[in-house]
Amino acid sequence: MKTVINYIRSLFLFELLRGLTLTGRYMWTKSFTLQYPEEKAPVSPRFRGLHALRRYPNGEERCIACKLCEAVCPALAITIEAEPRSDGSRRTTRYDIDLFKCIFCGFCEESCPVDSIVETRVYEYHFEQRGEQIMTKEKLLAIGDKYEEQLAEDRLAQAGVR
Amino acid sequence: MEILIALWDALPLVVQIVLQIVAIMGPVLILVAYYTYAERKIIGHMQVRMGPNRVGFFGFRLMGLGQPIADAVKLMFKEIIIPSGANKFLFLSAPVLAIATALAAWAVFPFDAGLVLADINAGLLYILALTSLGVYGVIIAGWASNSKYALLGAMRSAAQIVAYEIAMGFALVGVLIASGSLDLGAIVEAQSGGLIHWFWLPLLPLFLIYFISGVAETNRAPFDVAEGESEIVAGFHVEYSGMTFAVFFMAEYANMILIAALTALMFLGGWLSPFQGTALESWFAWVPGIIWLLAKTFFFMFCFLWFRATFPRYRYDQIMRLGWKVFIPITIVWIVVVALMKVYEAPIWFS
Repeated sequence: MKTVINYIRSLFLFELLRGLTLTGRYMWTKSFTLQYPEEKAPVSPRFRGLHALRRYPNGEERCIACKLCEAVCPALAITIEAEPRSDGSRRTTRYDIDLFKCIFCGFCEESCPVDSIVETRVYEYHFEQRGEQIMTKEKLLAIGDKYEEQLAEDRLAQAGVR
Repeated sequence: MEILIALWDALPLVVQIVLQIVAIMGPVLILVAYYTYAERKIIGHMQVRMGPNRVGFFGFRLMGLGQPIADAVKLMFKEIIIPSGANKFLFLSAPVLAIATALAAWAVFPFDAGLVLADINAGLLYILALTSLGVYGVIIAGWASNSKYALLGAMRSAAQIVAYEIAMGFALVGVLIASGSLDLGAIVEAQSGGLIHWFWLPLLPLFLIYFISGVAETNRAPFDVAEGESEIVAGFHVEYSGMTFAVFFMAEYANMILIAALTALMFLGGWLSPFQGTALESWFAWVPGIIWLLAKTFFFMFCFLWFRATFPRYRYDQIMRLGWKVFIPITIVWIVVVALMKVYEAPIWFS
């Protein structure tokens, strides 16, 4: 009896019709598509995007050239050279991140004792010339200055949990 | 009107023929272009996506209506690469063969009562012959490419098309018995009398088998083993690029439209109004027959896309089993049933 019912079900394409009604129903539901340049997905405060070097509110750069980030970087993307500044404080003379090597793991940010090297929410950037992927100290500081407000806010929001 | 007819008669025969060809090919090719757009759009929405919606005209997006034009222009400007080991003549003639058969079949297609380019009395035979010729395009493309994937794809597709050709032919025999004619116009006229007089009801199994075989025949999902990209890259057209590739796709879509239109013609009463014989008939008398035909054709064209969005690909042996061990026996049985109904003049349909 069961085989007969199965035969009839398959002859009348029962399962196929059920599948068709499912896709037919989904055709009328709203698409999930995000129209990217106009609409953007929400970004977490922990998002690991483009790097930046931050400053203290008084304008002094935070980085003390401890080279922890250079040491922890698994992709060896960071190169630091340092020497004492004229006022005797220890500062970097060179702070390069090669973004082609960088894997955006965020270890540099976690290792930094003074919250100097951070990763911003910026993920829309591109390079047009060879060599542009090397983020120099000047470029990193400029990015930090540009997004300082957002960076400070994100660090504050995460202060208790990381 | 008379001036127009006089003007038409004054044209040389060659010009008349070219104009007639353009009058049919133009709409068909535009339909092919926008069918690809509809496919991406409809399948997109079935998968809760949006499909193409960026390319429009003159800076307006228009839901991406410019997409097929942009695709066509892109493909026209791409290089046609001919593999060094390929047979150049056959390699280039295969897409021509594929599209020529797909387009030539429209010559005998009646769009409305009397509105047909070549009113030959064996139209169905002509269409059956031409759609079968399309498989040569596939086989030649696979062989001439000199590539193992192309050859395997071509062999699969040929075996599949041959298998389903038989079921399709038998389904058409049922139509022949029911209508008593090979003339496509006469087949439609034989269905007059309203919704339940159309052949889909007395020939229900043949109707389903014809349409499913049509899906298999055009190598569309779920019968698209010929281009199973996980196994044989892209099937018979791996080596084709640019416009030669586009021509294969145009042939595939033209064939789909043809199958959809033929199904509408032979099983859903072609240009006949669905309200024939009911109280609504006079209300819809102003609708020209070609609109009904188009509506029915569009329904089947939609089904092609619906199937593709719904069903996973058949395994090769399942395809062969379905073709040889299910469809052919069912069609043979139902041909006998139809013949008996015809002989004993079954009520409603054949009395």
